[in-house]
Amino acid sequence: MPDQTQARSATASVQQRTDAIEAAFEVRGLKAAEFIAEAEHLTEEKWIPENGARVVAKAWTDPAFRQRLLANGREAVAELGLAMPAHHRHLVVLENTPTVQNVICCTLCSCTAFTIIGLPPDWYKDLEYRARIVRQSRTVLKEMGLDLPAEVEIRVWDTTADTRYMVLPVRPPRTAGWSEQQLAAIVTKDSMIGVARL
Amino acid sequence: MDGMHDLGGKQGFGRVRYALNARVFHEPWEKRVNALYSLAVKLGIFNMDEYRHAIERMEPRHYLSASYYERSLTSLATLCVEKGIVTHAELERRAQGSFPLSAPSAPGRSNVAGREQFKPGDLVRVRSDYVPGHMRMPGYIRGKSGIVVSESPAYPFPDAHAHGVKAADEQTYDVRFRSEDLWPNSADPALVHVAVFQSYLERTSEAT
Repeated sequence: MPDQTQARSATASVQQRTDAIEAAFEVRGLKAAEFIAEAEHLTEEKWIPENGARVVAKAWTDPAFRQRLLANGREAVAELGLAMPAHHRHLVVLENTPTVQNVICCTLCSCTAFTIIGLPPDWYKDLEYRARIVRQSRTVLKEMGLDLPAEVEIRVWDTTADTRYMVLPVRPPRTAGWSEQQLAAIVTKDSMIGVARL
Repeated sequence: MDGMHDLGGKQGFGRVRYALNARVFHEPWEKRVNALYSLAVKLGIFNMDEYRHAIERMEPRHYLSASYYERSLTSLATLCVEKGIVTHAELERRAQGSFPLSAPSAPGRSNVAGREQFKPGDLVRVRSDYVPGHMRMPGYIRGKSGIVVSESPAYPFPDAHAHGVKAADEQTYDVRFRSEDLWPNSADPALVHVAVFQSYLERTSEAT
């Protein structure tokens, strides 16, 4: 006799489960397909690390902007036409120095300032980073390729509320005289998370 | 709740699976899930605290084995069923198989009575509260002392907002802890900053 229990409990694939929700939304007139296309545009073209890179390059070249950015991140990025979702009420910009390395994480889920630095990469949302970065910061950064000198103090920021963080990396000395556009081109998402230096 | 999601400081995990220019999405269905949950938030079917809590309510084995976007999918489906948008049976019929959902929610709570205002420089201790519902206090700071560094604007109180309980918005404080206080003799030296809701804090005069 076939095992009915087993047959009934076979879990649908993630694709099938996604299809099911999408279809349930569609038949209720919730315009799922339309919104999926719109979201694709946002994630591919609007919420990209090039936004944060512009902010960093501006902060490196305009001391008055840098002051405003450190005082009120949300208002300062708005000057560059960059918006944040209504529930992200605060953007705190963390300034690295030769002897301070800031690094951000979300041990409870995956919170990030995604409209500014881009959506979080896979490893940021993974179990290992979330479990270890708060407790073994220097070891984890070294494993990820950032071997910090002993005199560098590490500050880890756990995104446990809707305040959002971004790291302002140290401007590399080799970039003296570069234009804002040239500077923006070297700023990576990882450097704004704080797991890389430029 | 002291759930499986509360990973900060858990030991035994290996190297971060890191790559330069790592991807955000790996498969097309992940983008659809990400869009569908934000559509549901936009439509007011649920809020972000309910969404996070429904992920936390996943059966622990499922939580640990699911990818990030499968957790998102499970929360989305669970809340759509709980809010009466769709039945579990309809989802399983459409998916042509079983569709695992998260466990039911326990009661939430409102703001803690007698919560205090703090200012930068104040020494604070995280209350030893244990709640069955949602909260945004990572377990590794429970009972620990730190220093208030700054204050954020008021946000909906997660312990209430995830459960439809009425509560006042609360500010959060950026509290700076020392990793050696959080995990004595068992952490790389660092400062760990956590955004802590007012209800989770009390004034103290002594370090951890």
